[in-house]
Amino acid sequence: MTFAKSLESVLIPLGAILFALVLFGLFCAFAGANPVEVYHSIYRAAFGQWSSWQNTLIRASPLMLSALCTALPARLGLVVIGNEGALVLGGLGAIIAGLSLGESLPPWGVQTAMALLGMVFGGVWIALVGFLRHYRGVNETISSLLMNYIAIALLNHLVEGPMRDPSSLNKPSTFPLAVLNRLPDLPGTRIHYGLIYGLVACILAYILIQRTPFGFAARTTGGNIRAAQMAGLPVGRLILIICFLAGSCAGLAGMVEVAAVHGRANQSLNVGYGYGGILVAFVARHNPLAAALVSVLLGGILASGGILQRVHDLPDATVLVFQGLVFLVVLFSESLYQKEGV
Amino acid sequence: MTQALGWWGVPLAIAAGTLRGSIPFLFVSLGECLTEKSGKINLGLEGVLLTGAMSAYAVSYLTQEQLGSFFAPWCGVLVAALAGMALGIIQGWLCQQPRVNDVAVGIAMIIFGSGIAFFFGKPFIQPVAPRLIAFEWGNWSNLPQVQAALKVSPLFLLGALLAPLMQWFFTATRWGLLIRAVGDSPQAARAMGISVFKVRMLSIMAGSALAGIGGASLSLYYPGSWNELISSGQGLMAVALVIFAHWNPIQCFYASLLFGGSQSLGPALQSVGIDSYYYLFNAAPYILTLLIMILTCSPKTTIPGTPGALGKDNTP
Repeated sequence: MTFAKSLESVLIPLGAILFALVLFGLFCAFAGANPVEVYHSIYRAAFGQWSSWQNTLIRASPLMLSALCTALPARLGLVVIGNEGALVLGGLGAIIAGLSLGESLPPWGVQTAMALLGMVFGGVWIALVGFLRHYRGVNETISSLLMNYIAIALLNHLVEGPMRDPSSLNKPSTFPLAVLNRLPDLPGTRIHYGLIYGLVACILAYILIQRTPFGFAARTTGGNIRAAQMAGLPVGRLILIICFLAGSCAGLAGMVEVAAVHGRANQSLNVGYGYGGILVAFVARHNPLAAALVSVLLGGILASGGILQRVHDLPDATVLVFQGLVFLVVLFSESLYQKEGV
Repeated sequence: MTQALGWWGVPLAIAAGTLRGSIPFLFVSLGECLTEKSGKINLGLEGVLLTGAMSAYAVSYLTQEQLGSFFAPWCGVLVAALAGMALGIIQGWLCQQPRVNDVAVGIAMIIFGSGIAFFFGKPFIQPVAPRLIAFEWGNWSNLPQVQAALKVSPLFLLGALLAPLMQWFFTATRWGLLIRAVGDSPQAARAMGISVFKVRMLSIMAGSALAGIGGASLSLYYPGSWNELISSGQGLMAVALVIFAHWNPIQCFYASLLFGGSQSLGPALQSVGIDSYYYLFNAAPYILTLLIMILTCSPKTTIPGTPGALGKDNTP
């Protein structure tokens, strides 16, 4: 990468985020709030002090994992947006493993089993998307979106029916996970181990895509699928493996939410980390390391939702409007690059 | 009453549900069909649907004093179309920039559109707005199920009329030909001196306006209220529906009936006491869409009717 190109790849996304901030400020002013005070509140709630950093990082970890669900298939040229569904299924897999093992294994054993089953559930879910794409020609974007709805229906069915804890009246949920088996916090903080999972997953994904023959084959396929097929690359297998890995990352995000945040599976699993992950992946231009960074930024914005509501009397959807603006501006910024990037 | 009818209640409930539930599918799929004929995919119609639903409800509520409870909802429908058109301008401009992927723009517009709808819609969740008045052609019967099955929304009739009209527009008018030319081969269209940008922009704007009307039917007819869960993905399913309908407006109409009907399966079965799989039956439209796509798509051949330039990159 030449100097000009690396400069471009830093300046354009930064400029895009700044421009989105300006648009958001105008929007807030239009809605009757003082934009400068809103920026200040967001900053304070997201990065102002150690406790707000912790809130931010707690939200960043599922975002990192969820983002990989879009970022990895994107390297193959696939637009997969089944993050929410894979996350929900991963959460279901995790709670099934956690509840059925109970206390028959030491906590680390139960947690490993929860993570593994969550990853397999999420992975198979997205691998199915890849399978349909490659072997049936079904558009992966639409099928993965539809499968989000199917996964959420499955979650509703299970938590309202077969897996329901009768004592969960207001918010139907599964039985709670044994306290012992819950994912602990990092020593001295309120941040759970999910952050480590997220960071490790992003680093591994980066190495896999950028530094291994497998990743090279995947990127080649993404560049030109015909050429890859001609060169004898196993395109079908690549698609299945990458989609499985992508889904298992989102599944792990579901496991983290169940095992560290909620302690049980319920509607709270589908609070928008899926769509947030899509946004992160696109803003990071599908680079796993950049995705970790962008997740922290978006985690901060999500963490500030409460403050915007309490202090500025802005509805909670303000955060959604901001995300939409960032997404639109970042997409527009794609057209500013001199030559095809990445 | 349901007990008195027994199992006969199920087909009647499905018929009633089809008439009600197919309206958003019908408008969104016609809008998507128009857009895709020009060679662009608009995945953002889900956001348009929500914005349309919110703005229609809000306008109907706010204007009921001045316009009365008959005209206020129609004013809402009009504003929903305009709101849809406004979002269509963003989509249409952005997705035609070089190297910008229209599917990605669609996802961004879903987030943005739902953000706008929830932001401005918050104060309108509680109040009750006047709704569209339906034709009640079943009043001769004293069975409420029959009455429900023959209750027809004027929007349904409008959509049913629009479908053949759009088909005629595509096949018999100069404008329809222009759109198809742009959708099949933008290079050739450009060589003919047609502004590809303008044609696509107008198609996306008109398509979004139709989707806005679909949203209005959600909040002003059925389910007939405004909240953040009012859309159940009709805007997304429309994209699959158009593929299933082979980009033919009249087949979009039939497909909408099918999808609307599948949506009413869960509630219909619940009404006769089968409710243990309620949530799974509610997923019927999604499963149906997926199955249809699996059956109709093929990795080797393109589906007949596919606009030639659909999903291709923007040529600078």
